[in-house]
Amino acid sequence: MPIDVVADVMANRRLSSDYNVLALAAPAIAAAASPGQFVMIRPGRSHDPLLRRPFSVFEVLRDQHGAPTGISLLNKRVGVSTGLIYTAQAGERVDCLGPLGRPFSLVDPPAQAWMVAGGVGLAPFAALAEALCGRGTTAVLFYGARTAAELFYLDVFRALGVELVLTTEDGSLGEHGRIVAPLERRLSSQRTDRPVMVYACGPEGMLAATARTAARHGRACQISVERIMGCGLGGCYSCVVPMRSDDGRFHYVRSCIEGPVLAGDQIQWD
Amino acid sequence: MDLTVHIGSLTLKNPLIAASGCFGYGVEYAGIVDLASLGGVAVKGLFLAEREGHPPPRIVETPAGMLNAIGLQGIGVHRFVDEKLPELRARRATVIVNICGTTIDEYVELARILSDAEGVAALELNISCPNIKEGGITFGCSLTGTFDVVSAVRKVTRLPVIPKLTPNVTDVASFARAAEDAGADAVSLVNTFLAMVIDVETRRPKLSNIVGGLSGPAIRPIAVRMVYECRQMVKIPILGMGGIAEARDAIEFMIAGAAAVQVGTASFVDPFIWPKLIDGISQYMQRHHIERVSDLIGTIDTRTRDKQWISS
Repeated sequence: MPIDVVADVMANRRLSSDYNVLALAAPAIAAAASPGQFVMIRPGRSHDPLLRRPFSVFEVLRDQHGAPTGISLLNKRVGVSTGLIYTAQAGERVDCLGPLGRPFSLVDPPAQAWMVAGGVGLAPFAALAEALCGRGTTAVLFYGARTAAELFYLDVFRALGVELVLTTEDGSLGEHGRIVAPLERRLSSQRTDRPVMVYACGPEGMLAATARTAARHGRACQISVERIMGCGLGGCYSCVVPMRSDDGRFHYVRSCIEGPVLAGDQIQWD
Repeated sequence: MDLTVHIGSLTLKNPLIAASGCFGYGVEYAGIVDLASLGGVAVKGLFLAEREGHPPPRIVETPAGMLNAIGLQGIGVHRFVDEKLPELRARRATVIVNICGTTIDEYVELARILSDAEGVAALELNISCPNIKEGGITFGCSLTGTFDVVSAVRKVTRLPVIPKLTPNVTDVASFARAAEDAGADAVSLVNTFLAMVIDVETRRPKLSNIVGGLSGPAIRPIAVRMVYECRQMVKIPILGMGGIAEARDAIEFMIAGAAAVQVGTASFVDPFIWPKLIDGISQYMQRHHIERVSDLIGTIDTRTRDKQWISS
């Protein structure tokens, strides 16, 4: 059952001229959230922008005793709402509804967890990495961005014990190119008797390529999709994703309640 | 304080109805809203058969509003009766089923099926969806079409029949009149305004369907005017809607002539809006010493203003 809170902005950490991490005081949502779930955010009370925006729970924030105090959101400024979230000041208040949606299912050792992130698609993976590492699961983050300055939170993932595989489109850090290339090589060299779960979030093309690559190597793949949402609760049918049907056709499912985490081999990619 | 209102033979415990297309089948909200506390729940429009609807993107936001072109994705009436209605009944929701057809026969068949189902309080006839080419709007944009579909449904059901009217016509009130003449128990209005948004960078429409229906606070003054015009033309109750976002908006519709109101887009923004609306209406009634909310209906005062008063 989702909780609606008027959350104080605890901190706003600007990562670049486009990206920031917004920390919100929302202990009840933090305590209830599982990795992969999202919240619906309304950064102002005016009618423009009117609708809330969905954001993955990036981190669950805790006090020194480990008690949940809030959540953080990884935001990229692209429009009006994300612009307001980028410029939000500590002490401002935002409406925050959550946690919503179906979370990732976690894997335990000896299975390994390979996370594939593109750009702002890093958003669900800090919380997922923390949960996986807490179970002792070996985690690898395949993380691609346009340029080195847009690869964020690397120290946080390293500190959790996550192995990093990085790519940039300009070659300024890590391998030159797209992230699916090193994923493909690693999947090819992984012994088939060693179980791997692939998790992915990012641009649609990267998700399709990741899902196909994982399927080709017989690996399960959980995709966190991003869609324009009206309500986040299953009311409006805006955020649908085409899923394969048994008869070879497809049917639309609401990514807010049946996702945002969906099986990569079930999504109709073309 | 008496919040009940009457729509034909149906008594609603308060004038607030969740608008069709904005509240799923109601069950999606059962964990958030006490469905029995609402005056009514108008479920998502149903055809006889399942429908996939339009490809995404299906919505786009505009100043104080949004366009949608969902395309009436739906599970069809049979799955609704089997899978959704039992839970709605158990939660004691007042269920208004919105029905859509491509032919008059389809509306009639839907009305027959739902009249036999337990737990349906009223039928809302969707003759106004702007987003699908076939059926629906064809009836809603023709006076004889409106009359014919309402008459046909009227003959096969005892449930209150409430055609939902489109604002995309020159004179909505004449359509309300056609519905009344055909035996409708009430009319609901307005459905969304046909609209479009273009991405100027790509020169592509923002919706896959190219056009969609505009809802939200942006349309409210037009919707209020249309309810007011219909009130002059018909005696049957009007279910008013269009951009209601707070209690004063609901009250405005009732003063203009609505017997009850529907809320859609605002419940996307705030799914917990319902008790806030009820509180706001109750406070208004206290402030104005109104005992029964139904005493508000159509109480707009349009007398010529005193010139002294205007200049002061």
